[in-house]
Amino acid sequence: MARSVIDVSGLPTYAFGSRVTPWWGTFSFCLLEGTGFALGIGGYLYLAVTNKDWAKDAVPLSLLWSALFTLVLVVSALPNFLIKRAATRESLRSVRLLLLIMSAVGLVLIGLRIMEFSALPVRWSDNAYGSFVWLLLGLHGVHVLTDVADTLVLTVLMFTRHGTGKRFSDAEDNAFYWYFVVLSWLPLYAVLYWLPRF
Amino acid sequence: MSPAIEERHETRDTDLGDEELRARLSRTWGSARGLIGILSTVDHKIIGIRYAVTAFVFLLAGGIMAIIMRLQLARPDSHLVDAELYNQLFTMHGTTMMFLFGVPVGEAFAVYLVPLMVGTRNIAFPRLNAFSYYVYLFGGLMLWGGFALSIRPDVGWFSYVPLANLNFTPGKGPDYWAQMITFTEVAALAVSVEIVVTVLKQRAPGMTLDRIPLFVWTMLVHSFIIIFAMPAIMLASSMLIMERLVGTQFFNPDAGGDPLLWQHLFWFFGHPEVYIIFLPGTAFVSAIVATFSRRPVFGYLPMVLSLIAIGFLSFGLWVHHMFVTGLPEIGAAFFTASSMAIAIPNGVQIFCWIATLWDGKPVLKTPLIFVLGFFFIFVAGGLSGVMLASVPIDTQVHDTYFVVAHFHYVLIGGTVFPLVAAVYYWFPKVTGRLMDERLGKWQFVLAFCGFNITFFPMHLLGLHGMPRRVYTYPAEMGWGGLNLLASAGALLFFASFLLMLYNMIASARSGALAGDNPWGADTLEWATSSPPQPQNFDRIPCVTSGSPLWDQGDDNVVVGGLKVDERELVVTSIREARPDIREESPAPSIWPFLAAFATAVAFIGSIYTPWAITWGSPVVAIVLVAWFWPKTIEENV
Ligand code: HEM
Ligand SMILES: [Cu+2]
Repeated sequence: MARSVIDVSGLPTYAFGSRVTPWWGTFSFCLLEGTGFALGIGGYLYLAVTNKDWAKDAVPLSLLWSALFTLVLVVSALPNFLIKRAATRESLRSVRLLLLIMSAVGLVLIGLRIMEFSALPVRWSDNAYGSFVWLLLGLHGVHVLTDVADTLVLTVLMFTRHGTGKRFSDAEDNAFYWYFVVLSWLPLYAVLYWLPRF
Repeated sequence: MSPAIEERHETRDTDLGDEELRARLSRTWGSARGLIGILSTVDHKIIGIRYAVTAFVFLLAGGIMAIIMRLQLARPDSHLVDAELYNQLFTMHGTTMMFLFGVPVGEAFAVYLVPLMVGTRNIAFPRLNAFSYYVYLFGGLMLWGGFALSIRPDVGWFSYVPLANLNFTPGKGPDYWAQMITFTEVAALAVSVEIVVTVLKQRAPGMTLDRIPLFVWTMLVHSFIIIFAMPAIMLASSMLIMERLVGTQFFNPDAGGDPLLWQHLFWFFGHPEVYIIFLPGTAFVSAIVATFSRRPVFGYLPMVLSLIAIGFLSFGLWVHHMFVTGLPEIGAAFFTASSMAIAIPNGVQIFCWIATLWDGKPVLKTPLIFVLGFFFIFVAGGLSGVMLASVPIDTQVHDTYFVVAHFHYVLIGGTVFPLVAAVYYWFPKVTGRLMDERLGKWQFVLAFCGFNITFFPMHLLGLHGMPRRVYTYPAEMGWGGLNLLASAGALLFFASFLLMLYNMIASARSGALAGDNPWGADTLEWATSSPPQPQNFDRIPCVTSGSPLWDQGDDNVVVGGLKVDERELVVTSIREARPDIREESPAPSIWPFLAAFATAVAFIGSIYTPWAITWGSPVVAIVLVAWFWPKTIEENV
């Protein structure tokens, strides 16, 4: 055989961060979902600017549940960061523990989002403002829901015989996506809850 | 990595001779037989072919709609179809061509060719790829199934509200339309993510950024445009359907909404859409021009930069569609400028192609002939586009047949001609047999004449004031002659496709055998057998040049050390493509099909009751868990 060979037999079968393909997959999805959020906010602002009384006589949204939601969400970035670290070090015990914490936090957040919805002073069918409030809250809610579901499945997985090797990379990837869920909420929170007060 | 697995005897490709390696790899990477096997395959080549065949069927279906319209318009005061059916026809024609043919056919070629061209064994996220195909298929079947059941959208391919509102359009047509949009956009977004990751992370070792084939660069930019443009239409179509189903007020001016919001969101996607449809055509042209000129495309760097520029500018063109709705002065000036500006990178590309042909020794085979046809038609379409982009003319001929002529020159010239070229060019790779050249040339004569006879007279009709979207016109207007001519041309043009279909079927059976590289091309898809084995390459090539098959001759470097009995592929670094990881590629699975099916049922159900989403979501969730749950212990390693 007249050929030379680059030997890859010694390469690892998984890694972390931007070295692996799932990270880039998640990154691309963040880009496109982020675009979706940006356009949603753009639509809200477009109507708010072109039509001063689009909200008719709607009262501003109550701050209680959303503040709790935002607080828990922002604080969850800490255990999320720790998961990333523990996963990279492949420490099964810490990953299991932290995933349990993140699952619990996730469930609490879903509960808070439900309270947020039930306390809304407008219905989606009242006016365009109401429609947008429901749309944006719902859109972000779906992201919370999917990542929490993913976290729950991953938690179970980590307690089975599958909790080795590449699954750590999955756990890290899951934590990466959670950052997106946290970050994408902040502009939405500002626009939905604070902008109308000025 | 657990030691038990480490110690198990693992055969590597370096342990085997060529024959045995090929046989064992094709067992590892092959797809099972039987219905379940067919629905479970994750081979990008099989999925790519399915995408292509489905898109072609929709092209024919949309073409038949066009032929019926042309028959109706051939004579003044004709009563072949009435106004209502005519509205349904142009809506179905436009929608089918844009969403079920134009976008997916680009995906089809990307899915089939990009992994081969970058020298890897499968596309990134192959199960997502399978899922995307089924979602697309169900979306298309849904729209056409609805049409057969007389649930027919009739509000045009961009479904303007308030026309598409419940008060004006009470039937379920627009709901089917909106859900179909959502389906095909999900599919396109999924494929784009796969292509981005395949190109960034799965290139063969040594394929540095400046050695990526232009075809692949084009598909990369194309994917990024989709990633930023399609969310707009998904958002818009979801809002439309919520408006109609649960009574939101986004577009209702009486409740603080605004119909213009729909237009803004639609055209945020709608203009890039033109380039989403057009860029795959330029990818085909770059590959074909290089091969048949026997030299790499002139000006690699300007070509890549123009592509990136087109990517950005395609979004800037957004607002020019709203000139008629009256924009502030400065805004209008800016958007006119950027409409014109996009002509620059397009011009650079055309210049580079022509310089390549000029400098090379062009071989006039059918693919190249169709590419020459593309140059002619596309440049003509570009000229009428520049005329449209200058605002005053735009307001005069807006909504006349001038516009219809312009966008068919761009869409058919820019997409369909390169596409036919691409079919002739890659058919031997896919089937192992060449298509007949003589029929190919006849097809070109028919297509080129047919096309111009159909659409050139429409410019004149437009200047004479014939509005678009009218089902008939009175004889006194004097438009009869040109319309008759256009209709005759349409029949010729349609016949050219039937000829191609015949050529494909006959050649697949008894065409000349192609061998690995019948055209003497330079990119990696020609370095493997025709058709390629399930594993694509028995040994992953290493790349040391931008035209590996021309420059690397005896310098035969390959990757060694991959497992033979597991689906392993090489993941490389982004810039230099240094080998970094041996990643496991997912095995066939039935779950993507089931997930697509469950999603489709939930979405169609939601047209009739919002509860379908509530009940459908848990089912979809369960299916997704089954999809991702590892089936063997090896999948964890
Ligand atoms: C056989 C070739 C074709 C013929 C004869 C044809 C003919 C027509 C005709 C007669 C109309 C309706 C004009 C009107 O009443 O306003 C139309 C509209 C349209 N066509 Fe084609 N067409 C062909 C191929 C295509 C292709 C390949 C594409 C896209 C890739 C395309 C995209 C469209 C679109 C987007 C519309 C606008 C529909 C609307 O007004 O909502 N057509 N075409
Ligand atoms: Cu335009």
